[in-house]
Parts: sequence; C-alpha cells; structure tokens
Amino acid sequence: MVAKQTKRIVIEPVTRVEGHGKVSILLDEENRVTQARLHIVEFRGFERFIQGRPYWEVPVLVQRLCGICPVSHHLCAAKAMDQIVGAERLTPTAEKVRRLMHYGQILQSHALHFFHLAAPDLLFGFDSDVSTRNVFGVAARYPDLARQGILLRRFGQEVIRATAGKRIHGIGAVPGGVNQNLSPAHRDALRGEMDRILEWARAAVRLAAEYTTTHLDSLASFGSFESNHLSLVQASGAMELYDGLLRAVNARGEVIFDQVPARSYTDHIAEEVRPWSYMKFPFIKPLGPEEGWYRVGPLARINTCDSIDTPEAEAARQQFMKLTDGKPNNNTMAYHWARMIELLHAAEKINQLLHDPDLQGTELMVRGARREEAVAILEAPRGTLFHHYRVDQYDQVTMANLIVSTTSNNEPMNRAVQQVAATYLSGRPEITEGLLNHVEVAIRAYDPCLSCATHALGQMPLVVELFDCQGQLVDRKQRGG
Amino acid sequence: MAKPKIATTSLAGCFGCHMSILDIDERILELGQLVEFDKSPINDLKRFRGPVDVGLIEGGCCNEENVRVLQDFRRHCRVLVSLGDCAIMGGVPALRNMIPLKECLEEAFCHGVTLHNTNGRIPNDAEIPLLLDKVYPCHEVVKIDCFLPGCPPSADAIWEALLALLHGKPVELPYELIKYD
Repeated sequence: MVAKQTKRIVIEPVTRVEGHGKVSILLDEENRVTQARLHIVEFRGFERFIQGRPYWEVPVLVQRLCGICPVSHHLCAAKAMDQIVGAERLTPTAEKVRRLMHYGQILQSHALHFFHLAAPDLLFGFDSDVSTRNVFGVAARYPDLARQGILLRRFGQEVIRATAGKRIHGIGAVPGGVNQNLSPAHRDALRGEMDRILEWARAAVRLAAEYTTTHLDSLASFGSFESNHLSLVQASGAMELYDGLLRAVNARGEVIFDQVPARSYTDHIAEEVRPWSYMKFPFIKPLGPEEGWYRVGPLARINTCDSIDTPEAEAARQQFMKLTDGKPNNNTMAYHWARMIELLHAAEKINQLLHDPDLQGTELMVRGARREEAVAILEAPRGTLFHHYRVDQYDQVTMANLIVSTTSNNEPMNRAVQQVAATYLSGRPEITEGLLNHVEVAIRAYDPCLSCATHALGQMPLVVELFDCQGQLVDRKQRGG
Repeated sequence: MAKPKIATTSLAGCFGCHMSILDIDERILELGQLVEFDKSPINDLKRFRGPVDVGLIEGGCCNEENVRVLQDFRRHCRVLVSLGDCAIMGGVPALRNMIPLKECLEEAFCHGVTLHNTNGRIPNDAEIPLLLDKVYPCHEVVKIDCFLPGCPPSADAIWEALLALLHGKPVELPYELIKYD
C-alpha cells in the first residue's frame, strides 16, 4: 500500500512565531516531497462564545485573541462599537489617542518580530547552530543591536501603556471614544526618547535593506511567488493603518478593486474551509478560491499604496520600489524590509502625535443613534483585520465574524512552505534540523500570529479518515458511535 | 556551576504571558546570563534536552496536544508555574465551556457571513489534535507548584517570581505586583 512507503516529517511546534502551528511534510520512497502543509491546530471559539456578551465588553474581550497584537483587536472592536453607539465621528482627541496607541503597537510588534524572532535566521544563517539561533544568541554576538531591538519594543509598549493603561490587554478604547487623554507627563517622557528611537528605526531600515539587497539572488527564489495583495489605503492612495478603504492589486500592480468601504467587505472577500487546518482560506470573491487568494501585511501594504505620508518612510518606500521598477514586490523575504519601513513610519507618526496638542484635549466620548450592525477594518501589524458584529436591543452581541490578518496569509504561507520544502528537502538522503528551519524561515517572513488565527472553535472530530498520497482512503475511525 | 535551566510553553493561551516575559525589557540580556533556556517558543528547541529547574506554563488545556505537552513539562521541570489566568483557571478560552461544541462548530464553519463552504465541511484531518470537551486549568491535569495571576502577570511580577524560584527562595511578591486583570 502506498501509505506504508510514505514518510512523514513533522515540525512541531513551529517556533519563533506567535501561537500554535505545525508543519507536516510527506515524502515518497525516494524522499521526494509529495505534500507540505502548515496546520493551525488550536481553537478558541470567540465567534460563538461572544454571543450574549454586552457590546461594551467586546473591545477588552476580543483582544485576548492575541497577546502580541492585542491593541489591533482592541481598536478594531472599538471602531465597530463606535458604530453601534452611533458615534459617527470621534473627537480629535479620541481619534488621535487611538492612533497613537495603534502606532505604538505597530512599532513594538515589528521590533519584536525583527529583533527577537527573525534576526537569528538573518544574522547567523538559516541552518546555523540551533543552540544560539535565538534572541540570547543575538544578544551575545551583537549586544548593541539586541539592545536597540529591546528598547525599540519597550518604547512601543510604553506608548501603549500611556494610552491604554497597560502594556498588554489595555482598556483605553471604549465605544464612542477613549477613557483618557495622553497626560503631559507621559507625553514628555516619550518625547525624551524620540530622537534615539528614530535613529534606531532608520538603522533598522538600513539593516533590512542591506540584508535583502546583498542576498537578493538567493532570497528572490526563496518561497516566493506572484500573488494578489490587499490592504487599506487612504482616499489619496497613501498608506493607512487605522481607518481607510480597501484596495487590492494583482501581482503586476493592476487594481482589482479600490476604495471599498468596510461595510461592503462581504461583496469582495470570502473564506474557504479545508479539512486539515482550523484556519480558513480567504480569497477575493469575484476571482474565486483558485485565483483570488492574496497576501496581507507589510509587503502587501507597500505594494498596494501609492505613497507613505511621512517623509523618511516615503523615501525608504521609494528605494524599496526601485528594486522592482515600481511594480509589486512578490519576494517573500522582502517582508522583513517592508516591515522595517513601517516601523520607521510608525516612529515618525508617534513623533508627530507627541507634538499635537489635541492629545491633551478633554472631549473624549461621543454618542449618537444606536445601530444594530457594524463592520470595522484596520491594518494590524500582520495585515488587514476584519471585525463584523450585530448587537440586539438588549445590548448583547448576536453575531460576530472575524477575519484576522494571519488567516489571509494562510494560502501564501502554505505555498511558501511547499516551495521551500520542494527546493530544500526534496530528494535528500538526510534531512537535518537546519534544513527544516528553512521551512520555518519562510513561515516567519509572514510574522504569523497563529493565536489570532485559532479563534474559530472546532469540534471534537467524530470521524477521522486517513488518506494516502493519492487521496485513497486508507483507514477510517469513528468515535463514540 | 552550570546555569539553572528554564523552559516555557503556551497552551490554550494568547501568547500575552510570553509577551509579558519579554516585557522585562533590558533584563532579557541579564536573563540570558542568568539562566539557560531549554524548550521554549522563543528558541528552536522543540524537545526537552534534559531536566529543567523552572517551567512556565501559559494557557490551559483545550486539546489532547496541550495535555501531552503539559505532562511532558511536569516530567522535566522541578518547579512548574501556572503563568497567568488561562493556566490558572482557563481564562477567556474557557468561556466556551458553557456552550455545546456542535454549536461552536457550526458557528465557525457553517454560519459565518463570509464562508464559502457549500458542503458544510468541518476540519477533521488526522493532523489536527482532538479537542477536549472543556478547557481545563493546568492544575486539574498535573500538579502545579506555583500560581502567578494576571492577564497577563506584569513583567516585574514574572521577574521577581523567577528570581526567587531560581534562588530556591519562597515567592513573596509585594501587594502592588499581584494583579488579576
């Protein structure tokens, strides 16, 4: 039987990413890769157990989807609940305090990913010694760089603490506004650090740019493929992270749709279910699942936007786009460079907001006519995040649909895994730990947040079917029946 | 003398407790001097290399894999710490304990407004671990030696507790460091 000749390799857990995932690789008798998949193996059940909860609880509840990007869920849910309480337009103070919180989140999350999680692969090599291929190894070899990364992340976390009250799972955003402004004491403390933060952010962009350009030959083919790209943009086409309109472009940069408001998202985005992962597979609806899958996150955002509205990040973007003559960059490993351009953008935005007197305003909340349904979209560090709720007359949530950023990168990550496995593992007599790390390097480029992606609660499967590599049913087990 | 060893894992948690570990900021460099890390999601050690002094567990148990990992930690760790509310009492993921699994399943894979799943297919591959009927706190699965509350516990609380445990002292945190949200 074919199944008996098939070898199975499992990378479990996928490490130096956020959350719970594993990779399974099937090999035939000549060690050729016949299948490689990234599985999301955990469930939470937010969409169901949030039903019946009061709407004002949602911004603090749903952020527990993810401890790396809680602010994204906190703010996206708050933006949806603004609509529920009829807050058409927030006060300038509320809007800007939230933006400051969001840029703090982008900065800390991008710094965490680049310096704490991905840097060991980039600095030491994909197959370097496993005992030092981590943040402590980086600290021992490059102490200054490690310290900069730690302090960049700390600064982002402190921005969050100043606006949300807590570094992780804060409470700053409430339906209709915020519950505090930025105190002068917090503002001044953060301002005092701004110069060196900007300097380190510039250095991070230089480092990522230099890494990408000097390794371009090997990186260009590493888990790379053409794809569509999706993100929010401003009405002007400039990059927008907190509140904009959806734009999707294809691999050549041609617009698929543009200026789509949040409330119309169901016309454009759908999700497929596959039996081997609890994470769904979103796609652009009119294009269908085969052609319509897309990438989100830093690379997609740089590819979709026409410009960035802060000067230094814009200059960095132009340099980035030169590499592909202004067309979308489809190189998976270019995510790192794009991520650092956004880190610089976030630092510039924070600097602007720390000098804006609106942040010390005292009008924090607005209300209006109650509504029953709301859709909110924002750009989380890892990509476009959708929250959709219905709330009844008793203030209880009756429906929640969440498409988290990493879910949109499900198909791209799986393609990257397949490609790297086929290139680096296939047909080898021996598969080393270092070779397997290549697969994880490709996943890490997407900075996946697999906790976020586990929000869908599954079942205890009652029927388990085992197929061989030709899709023939080998075994079937039924539980409880 | 060899450095003390620590190991960490996240079960049914959100990684917020691991983020709070990293929130010790510059003390990360000190921690690297002070201890050696065995299995942890922040390095690439997928299996234990040997016995460990202190194990930190984030999250409760929602599937069979969580239980296996937790038992493996108990076997390898001299002192096992439930880190944060999910490990201690299930936390937000345990909100599903009040709801029949079938409903949760149908909501996630059959009812969603963006779903394109005409045959109502539900993930059931053998690679996916079986879900438990409920989300369980860690101490209902293995013996836990120490409980650090908070969602997440603050970096200072984690740091102080860790230092005490590594030096074999009782964990006596000041009132200000014990928070439950």
